[in-house]
Parts: sequence; C-alpha cells; structure tokens
Amino acid sequence: MFGFGILTGLVVLPLVGAAFILLQRGDNAAGLRNIRWAALLTTVVTFLLSLYAWALFDTANPGFQLVEERPWLGAGLVYKMGVDGISMPFVLLTTFLMPFCIAASWDSITHRVKEYMVAFLVLETFMIGVFSALDMVLFYIFFEAGLIPMFLIIGVWGGKRRIYASFKFFLYTLLGSLLMLLAMMAMWGVAGTTDITKLLATSFPPSMQKWLWLAFFASFAVKMPMWPVHTWLPDAHVEAPTAGSVILAGILLKMGGYGFLRFSLPMFPEASQYFAPLVWTLSVIAIVYTSLVAMVQEDMKKLIAYSSVAHMGFVTMGLFAMNTQGVQGAVFQMISHGLVSGALFLCVGVVYDRLHTRDIAAYGGLVRVMPMYAVAFMVFTMANVGLPGTSGFVGEFLSLLGAFRASPWVALFATLGVILSAAYALYLYRRVVFGPLEKPALAGMTDLSPREIALLAPLAVLVIWYGVQPGAILNASAASIELLIKNYDAALAVTKSAVLAIQ
Amino acid sequence: MTPLSYAIAHSLPEIILAVGALGLLMLGAFRAGKGDWIISEAAIVVLGLALLSMFFQLGDKAIIWDGAFVDDAFARFMKALAIGGALVSLLLSREFMARNGIDQFEFPVLVLLATLGMSMLISAQSLIALYLGLELMSLALYVIAAFHRDNGRASEAGLKYFVLGSLSSGMLLYGASLLYGFAGTVSFTGIAQALQGSPSLGVIFGLVFVLAGLSFKMSIVPFHMWTPDVYEGAPTPVTAFFATAAKVAAVAVTVRIIITAFPGLQHEWRQIVVFVAILSMALGSFAAIGQTNIKRLMAYSSIGHMGFALVGLAAGTEQGVAGVMIYMAIYVLMTLGTFAAILSMRVGDRYVEDIADLAGLSRTNGLMAFVIAMMMFSLAGIPPLAGFFAKWYVFLAAINGNLYGLAVIGMLASVVAAFYYLRIVKIMYFDESARPFERANVEVTAVMAVMGLFVVIFSFFPGPAVVQAAAAAAKSLF
Repeated sequence: MFGFGILTGLVVLPLVGAAFILLQRGDNAAGLRNIRWAALLTTVVTFLLSLYAWALFDTANPGFQLVEERPWLGAGLVYKMGVDGISMPFVLLTTFLMPFCIAASWDSITHRVKEYMVAFLVLETFMIGVFSALDMVLFYIFFEAGLIPMFLIIGVWGGKRRIYASFKFFLYTLLGSLLMLLAMMAMWGVAGTTDITKLLATSFPPSMQKWLWLAFFASFAVKMPMWPVHTWLPDAHVEAPTAGSVILAGILLKMGGYGFLRFSLPMFPEASQYFAPLVWTLSVIAIVYTSLVAMVQEDMKKLIAYSSVAHMGFVTMGLFAMNTQGVQGAVFQMISHGLVSGALFLCVGVVYDRLHTRDIAAYGGLVRVMPMYAVAFMVFTMANVGLPGTSGFVGEFLSLLGAFRASPWVALFATLGVILSAAYALYLYRRVVFGPLEKPALAGMTDLSPREIALLAPLAVLVIWYGVQPGAILNASAASIELLIKNYDAALAVTKSAVLAIQ
Repeated sequence: MTPLSYAIAHSLPEIILAVGALGLLMLGAFRAGKGDWIISEAAIVVLGLALLSMFFQLGDKAIIWDGAFVDDAFARFMKALAIGGALVSLLLSREFMARNGIDQFEFPVLVLLATLGMSMLISAQSLIALYLGLELMSLALYVIAAFHRDNGRASEAGLKYFVLGSLSSGMLLYGASLLYGFAGTVSFTGIAQALQGSPSLGVIFGLVFVLAGLSFKMSIVPFHMWTPDVYEGAPTPVTAFFATAAKVAAVAVTVRIIITAFPGLQHEWRQIVVFVAILSMALGSFAAIGQTNIKRLMAYSSIGHMGFALVGLAAGTEQGVAGVMIYMAIYVLMTLGTFAAILSMRVGDRYVEDIADLAGLSRTNGLMAFVIAMMMFSLAGIPPLAGFFAKWYVFLAAINGNLYGLAVIGMLASVVAAFYYLRIVKIMYFDESARPFERANVEVTAVMAVMGLFVVIFSFFPGPAVVQAAAAAAKSLF
C-alpha cells in the first residue's frame, strides 16, 4: 500500500478516518450522522484489513511476519513493524472490538461527538501500533501515546469523579512507563540497537537483567494491573464511558501481558526466573484479594473492574509459569477476557443508558421485563466465572495447569479464585436479574434494541465458539510460544552451565 | 594572521545585527518616535537576514578576532535558535505593544542589540568576549523587561532583574579573574591547556563563580528567584524572548565553556551540574503546581526544563551535547507556541493571564485549545510529541554516562510536572466555559498553528533535520 506494508495501513487507516471526521460539521443532525457512520465505517474497514492481514499470516512460522522497516529520525531509531503468533491475536482483538465501541456510543454520547470519535480512532491507531511495533522505542511511543486520548475520553465524557479518575490513570501509568523508558535506554547502551528482533538475540548480563526486569515490571504491572498497583483501574473503569471501559478492559490491560511476553520473559530470562515467585505471590494475592473485594461492591462497573484484576492475576501467573500450558493459557485468557469483560461492560451500559445508575441495589428482577438481556448477561457472567463450554474456562484451566506444573501451591491458592469468581459473579447476576420486580422505575424498562442485539450477539457467539473450539486462538500462537519457551530454557541452561563451570 | 575578509565572512550575522541595530536606531530617532511599525518590521528583516546569512557561511571551524570569537557548527546551530526566537518574539509583539501603548521604536532596536549580545556570547572563545556578550545582552534585556514603564509590575520586574543580574555579573567577573589568575590566559582553549594535572583550589573557586553567574542567566536553581517575577511582570512578548533566545544563549555558552575550557575538570564540574540539574527539575516540578498565573507557571516550567537540558550536559559527552542542542531546539518550539497562545488570551481590550481564564476553551476556540493541549502534553514529554524526543536524547546520554541516579530523579520529576501540565488540559477540556477570547491577529495565530504543527509531527518534520544537525554540530566542540 503506497510502498508501505499492511501493518502501516492498519495504523494509518483510523487516522484517515479521524481526519475525515474532523472536516465534518458537528453541530447539526446530518453532520452528527455522518460522523458516527464515518467512525463505524473506518473501524469496520480496519477490521476487514486486519482479517486480510490474518489471511496472509502463516501460523506455522514462529518468527515475525509482514515485516516492514525504514529509517526514521536518524540516530539509531527505525520504524519497524511486524507481527508474530503472539501479537497477531491482539491486533485482531483490537480491530474487532473497536466497531463495538463506536456502536455502543451511538446514542449514549450526545455532546462533542466529533471529538469523541476522533479520540477513539486515534486511540485505535496507537493500540494497533503497540502490538505491531518491532522497535523498542516505537513500541514505547505507541504505548505511552495512548494515554492522551484515554485521558481525554475519561475526563471529558466520564462520570462524576472523572477528573480524579483521569489524573490517577494518567499519572500512575506515566510513572511506571518512565522507568521502563530508562531501562530501554540502558538496553540500547548494551545492545547498540532498538530493534526488538535483535534485542531478543542479545543476552544481557544477569546482574543488569534484574534492574531492567524491575523497570519493565514497574510499567507492565501498573498497566496489567497487578496488586497492589491496581487501584487506578476501578476508578478509571467506573468513571469512563461504556466504550472507554470496553477498550480499557478489553485492550489496554492486555498491553501489560503482551509486554511481559515481548520483553520481560524472552529478554531477561534469568531475572524472570529469579522474580517468578514474586510475580506468583502478587498474582495469587490479586486473585484472592480482589475477588473478595469484588464481592462487596455496590457498583456494577466497579465489581467487574475488580474481577478484571483477578482475571489478570491468572494471566501473570500463567505467564511466569513459563511452560507451554501456562503461556498459552495466559494468551488465551487475555483474548477471552477481552471479549468477556468488554461484553460485560456493554451489558452494564445497556441498563445504565436506561436508568442512569450503576448501583446494583437500584436493579432487581430484570428478567421479567428484559428476558433477552437476561440471557445475554447470563452467557457473559458464566464466561466470567469460567464455566466449561465458554472461553473463560479454557484460559483459566490452562493457566492453572501451567501453574500447577511450576508450583502446586500457587495453583492451589489460585483455584480459590475460581470459586470466589463464581460467588461474586452469580451474586451480581442474582441481585440484578432475579428477585422480585419491586422498583417502579424498572417496570418500564424495554428489552434489548436491535442495535444492542447486534452488539452483544457476535460477542456471545464468539465466547461460546472459543469455549468449544479453542484451537483457533491456540494454534495461532502455538509456534511462537514454543519458540519463546525454547529460547527461554536455552538461555537458562547456558547460565546454569556457566555457573557450574565457575564452581 | 587571518585575512580580514575571512573574519568578516565568519562573523556575518553579528555584523548584520550590529549595523542593522545602529541604522534602525538612527532611523527611529530621525522619525521622532511616530508610532508606526517600520522599525519593527525592519528589525524582523534584519533578523531574517542574519539568519539567512548563516546558511551561506563556510562550514569549517574558524577562530577569529584574535582568538576571541569562534564560528563553528555548534555556534551556528545555537545562533539560529536564538535569532529565530528573537524573530518570532518580535512577530508576536506587534499587537500586544500597540494595545498597551508601548509601541516605541526603541523596543525592536533593543531586541536587536540583545540578540547581537547573545550571538557574541554563543561564539565567545575567551572570558573577555564572554563578558562583553553577556553584558550587551543583559543591559538590553534589563531595559525591555521594564519597557512597560507605567506598569508597576513591569518596573518591578526590570529593577529586580537589574539588581540581581548585576550581582550575578559580578560573580561571573570574579570567577573569571580567578581563572585568569591561575591559568594565565583568558582563552578557553588556553585555560584547558593550562589546567592539565590536578586543579588548584583557586581554579575550582573560579569555576564555581563562573557557573553561578551563568546559572543566573539560565535561571537554574538556586539562582532562579528572579524568574517568576520577571516573567510575570515583563510584557508577554518580552517574556517569550527571555524564555527562548536568552536561555538558548546562556545554555550555549555554558556548554561551550564547560566542554572546551574544563575538559580536565570533569569530576568537579559534573558534581555542580548534576546538583543544580536535580534542584531545578525538582523545584520546577513542585513549585509550578500552585501557580494560578500562566506566565508564572511557564517560569517554573522553564526552570524545570533547564534542569532537564543540563542532564545532557552532565554526561559531558558528544551525545550529551547533541542532546542539549536538540532539547533547546524543541524547547524553543514549544515555548514560542505556548507564548503565542498566551498572547491570544484577550478579553475585550485586556490581556488576561490567569489559568482559570482558559476554562472551557475547547468549546469556544477548538484550535487554540488543541494547540495548547498539545504544547502541554509535549512539555510533559508524552510521545509522539516533540517534548518526548527532547527528553529521550538527554536521558539517553545520561544513561550512557552511567548517571542512573540523575536519570531516575529526572523521570520522577517529570511525572510530578505532568500533573500541572495536565491541569491546564483539564481546565480547557473538562471545565465549563469562561468568557471567550477575542480573535488574535494573524501573526499570533500563525505562529501558534505552525508551532503546534511542528510539535505534533516533529518526528517527521523538522525532527530528522534537527537531530542530524545537532549530532554534526556537537562534534565541533570536541
């Protein structure tokens, strides 16, 4: 495409849509309609283009594909893009969720529609960039640039405490990522390159690895988010508009896990092994503690936010188990959680648009007036619990299996989280959907509109489809994950033999 | 003995500025102070010619005028920034000066003289030339700081600047005399040769005093106290001039004297530079949080940014110097854009300066709000904006120079600083509208739009050119 590859096309396409929307008039009905349709069309076309990229992608090849490279800014920086089996699913997840975000905001966003759509499209550019950048600095630029549109989305279109939430989100993430930036500079000093493919082949001195690992951990742990730096997430989720929550839970959180897979594990194997018990401890605390916290929440979005933290705990646990089941489970869990939590936030958005409250106590007995909604919400709640037959089960099971192989105790405590997740999710479902229909405001609630059905149905289908056919995702990433683990083990073996030789 | 034509060819910008300043002074005096804009426009032309003349200069390094003056790639890069800053500041000044009734012809002439001083300062190769350039710059700046003489705050600013500035000049002179006494020469390269071996205490004293005097001009903590008051009190275009051109010149001469005169004293000067850089970054970040006046906020912001620029100098390497140069170039872009925006804050006939006046700007003037927001994110160092690349190059040099502590403290300071930059974005985008501003004139809007564009697309244009030029120019110092 104009001498650039398809990944550049994916990154640029949303910007083109944003530029077109900027030229529209946002102050009359026709202009607003144009803006909404243009945004939807842009995201759908981007998704189709990413499907085309997927068609070109060879899952048997563990290396980077669709690579493009050109010099940029002199002084060592390059513009290099490419995807492998680990990043390709995330690119697809991003482009897939974006049309839902636009559609979910169709009626609920009524002021500053133009700026809203532009912010979302620019955010999409940065998110696709994060997952397809093959240059460390380029990765960082995309990673951090996403803060600007997200800050505005929470701050301008958010709820009552939006200003507090947006500042907290921005500053927390910035603090973590600046330490990562310093680590990247130090890595450049050692390796003499910022090319991720070359950095993967560089072995950093073990003493340095620990510092680098900690700096990257500061960034990814905040982004993930891991206990105890998760506190920005409930605030950001609660205050963000529905589509903002979907993006936040669906994609932005995955950047942390992706970062671990792309940088921490393959580049600092010794440090990863050294710190694995720390990560497991934090993961188990996250799984158990935030599940307990979720149980007592009064706000629907906050409950789902805490459940996200718990589910991300499974991801970090599986990643640092560093065996095939653990890592594949973690990747699967991330994709599945992207779909499920996105869908759950959409479900909350559906009732919020009608009643304008997220207070669980304000609902009850919805099944009597909104049967279709009850079904959809049921499917996603079950997926959130990890019921076999839904995508949630596969990810949780595989990560637990991987963790068990690495450390049975970790798996034992983490399994408690599965039980607790059933408790809080079903408790939420009972309070919102079942029970007597007593509140007068609820009696007039209408069931899902065609637009809402169109939003939730594809997600429900995918959640169940991946629950019974997980191979679609697992096969895509299998080759790259095999390679990752092979290199990891080889690097550890080299260190071990070096230590033995010294002794 | 170099031929005269060679020397003239290498000091062409200074000659153009000097002749232009004197000529315009005569012209202004004979026209007897009519309030027209011929002088100002002519001054812009003179600055433009000086800028243009540098592109025709020879590329080699020339030490001329009896070893007092050096023309090299580093000098040309920094002079281009200083002269460019002066030019844009003059462009911005027309409407402001006219509305405040201070559009006398002396102003552009003084700006030219100050720019001539900066230019000499940047090219100084001996202590005498340094002092001459510094005083020529400073004396002109004292006057234009107080140019709005009927305004109490402006007079206060000018007086304060003058008293403290004289003190700092005194310190600089004292340090210079110590250096001369111990090294036996005023030439920078001569000092470097004389100071081989372990330095004596007197030399270190001289170094400390010289750096204290220069820190004052850069407004580095602990010599920053004048900055907020002068920035607030001086007419806004003058503040823009202070914040860009004057800083560039002071940073340039500091880099030059440290690198060329004290290469053997790296251990000594690095302690000082690291210390003041940390203090400046910290104070710039924390003190700006409570500000309500946007010019005061920019003053603290500039203190912090000078601290960040010095991080590159602390490394003391070629990469570090290139980092400082890139930092200053981007800093000038961001500052000019921000001051153009501040000059667009006019309600009726009155210029307002409170941050609260920006409330809800995104609804009343979307373009201006967007440009300010991009400037603020860029000043905070968020990619992909220009400010990120500025920080990247200086911190890269610091990490490669093993200054890990300095780099970590700098990063923490920039998180704190991000808070107050975000606050401005919040006020413009999240809050309800205040009174809308009047339309700014075309120069101010154009400067704002162009700088905003540069900041957003810096990594495509003009970034690559700046980075390459800086990398090449930094070589000329080593």
